[in-house]
Amino acid sequence: MGMTISEKILACHAGKPSVSPGENVWVNIDVLMTHDVCGPGTIGVFKENFGPKAKVWDPEKVVIIPDHYIFTADTKAHRNIDILRDFVREQGIKYYYDPDFIKGEGMPNPYLDPGQTSYKGVCHVALPEEGHTRPGEILLGTDSHTCTAGAFGQFATGIGNTDAGFVLGTGKLWLKVPPTMRFVFDGDLPDYLMAKDLILTIIGDIGVDGATYKAMEFSGEGVMSLNIEERMTLCNMVIEAGGKNGVIPVDDKVRTFLESKTNKPWQAFANDADVSFDFEKVYRTADLEPTVAKPHSPDNRDLARNLKDTRIDRAYIGSCTGGKLTDFLAAARILKDRTVKVPTFIVPATTQVHAEMRSTTYKDVPLEKIFLDAGCQLGPASCAACLGGPADTFGRVNEKLRCISSTNRNFPGRMGSKDAEVFLASPLTVAASAVTGQITDPRELLR
Amino acid sequence: MNQSIAGKAYVLGDNIDTDQIIPAHYLMYNPAIPEERKQFGRYALIGVPPAQAGLPIGNIPFVDQADESNTNSVFRVIIGGKNFGCGSSREHAPLALAEAGVQAVVAESYARIFYRNSVNGGYLIPFEWASGGHVEIATGEEVEILPAENMLRVIGSGKTYPLRSLGDVAPIIESGGIFNYAKQVGML
Repeated sequence: MGMTISEKILACHAGKPSVSPGENVWVNIDVLMTHDVCGPGTIGVFKENFGPKAKVWDPEKVVIIPDHYIFTADTKAHRNIDILRDFVREQGIKYYYDPDFIKGEGMPNPYLDPGQTSYKGVCHVALPEEGHTRPGEILLGTDSHTCTAGAFGQFATGIGNTDAGFVLGTGKLWLKVPPTMRFVFDGDLPDYLMAKDLILTIIGDIGVDGATYKAMEFSGEGVMSLNIEERMTLCNMVIEAGGKNGVIPVDDKVRTFLESKTNKPWQAFANDADVSFDFEKVYRTADLEPTVAKPHSPDNRDLARNLKDTRIDRAYIGSCTGGKLTDFLAAARILKDRTVKVPTFIVPATTQVHAEMRSTTYKDVPLEKIFLDAGCQLGPASCAACLGGPADTFGRVNEKLRCISSTNRNFPGRMGSKDAEVFLASPLTVAASAVTGQITDPRELLR
Repeated sequence: MNQSIAGKAYVLGDNIDTDQIIPAHYLMYNPAIPEERKQFGRYALIGVPPAQAGLPIGNIPFVDQADESNTNSVFRVIIGGKNFGCGSSREHAPLALAEAGVQAVVAESYARIFYRNSVNGGYLIPFEWASGGHVEIATGEEVEILPAENMLRVIGSGKTYPLRSLGDVAPIIESGGIFNYAKQVGML
């Protein structure tokens, strides 16, 4: 029997001719990523088990990207950045992206020019920007949304501090080979749909545990017509169905993207012709409509048009899944020459996205200006309120409010208060809802 | 792993995600620092909406918050539903439960990363019901888990429920986590 892309990557890294779903294998890891929330604990596990003077297995394969608790006055959050800085210095870690504006106490003054800081922002978006994602590799990260990098045809998944501490010392980890579920989208995407609508549709169909322990592969012309950022959005949310990793076959879009990003050789894997999938479902994109996940679960699916009388108190566009340039271009299509009716928070995932919001125009107007003119509030690049975070986090939902958000989770308390209600939707739907003050199908406002 | 685990049960519903087990605004505590590590016990399960906290009645705090120095729960076994520990990969979740005194979770099913973290970090034993479904255990009831027999017994009623064998991960749990296991098999 043939192997899937995920099985081939795992076999290759286990030094075996083949592997089968359910098999446990020890694999060599290509890149280990951590950040400010899980880095200090990971470093603690590493030192406790390998000794205070131990060295990481390869300082060029460890990538540290602070992104979670950056724009806060919390002293422990700042202390955690210092722990990362000390470790980077001591170990000679090559790839570290320091929030250089955090100096001493209090709320740090954000970067003035996003092009003039070593800080990047949200790790899952910074990883490909900085050339750390490559087809055929295994990327592990101490963050569940590490699966985002499956968009580059690699095996990428989230792990905890203990596993990460183990990898820091050995460069290896045991993984169970997942069976692969395949989701095919026939037909190009109409201009009112985004990757978020596709993945919310899937999660609504299979449930928040529908892909537990499994790989989710996306293909078909609807997927391959998506740009790289939209493919990242698809893979980002496999964890919201319980998936272990997402994967999209490598094509010329990926090859072109990587040309300017990395000099390291890589190998793209394809499914064998006689492969059999654990599950397969084919969607016709023409049948799909703008989709929303209602509180308090990403699988609580409905159509935006069914919720048109649902009033909202706030809108949020940001995060690894909804704060990329493509997401802001989509929002700009709605927000240009309009005014938002509810407080609307805009948070670029990374400093690069922030710079692009200034240099990229929609109908000759820079995106940042469109948002400011519409009355939106702009925050600096970070994970920000997607996961609530410290009480002084930009955009955090601190009370019983109803928020529509382009982020990826809406379990109770995710964005702050457990009395709040979070609706998940595409940036198009979030922007349209911000303009009307109630959940709105973007087709009503697209011109 | 022949030792039994006994104590009061704390019952929760489906899809208890790691933000409910330990909300993000406590994650600035560093588990590698002992005094800060204890704080995870204090705030374990504080994100669960009150109506779902301690079923079937609800409104039962997992850790008594009135005493500010309290970092322990009176509950030793969590009874969960489907997809326990979904969401964020934060290892602070099984760590918080263990710091509060939890020795085992028995759920219908687990999210992958929580399960892995529980086992590889040696925090607690994640059991599953052998026959899926519904169990009639109320928060506060005394239960006993007999790992050698793959069995949970409710002390009051004497009722027993079969548990699924731990399978592949049993050797890792028995050795106390991935580091000890790797030493035993000669990896480290």
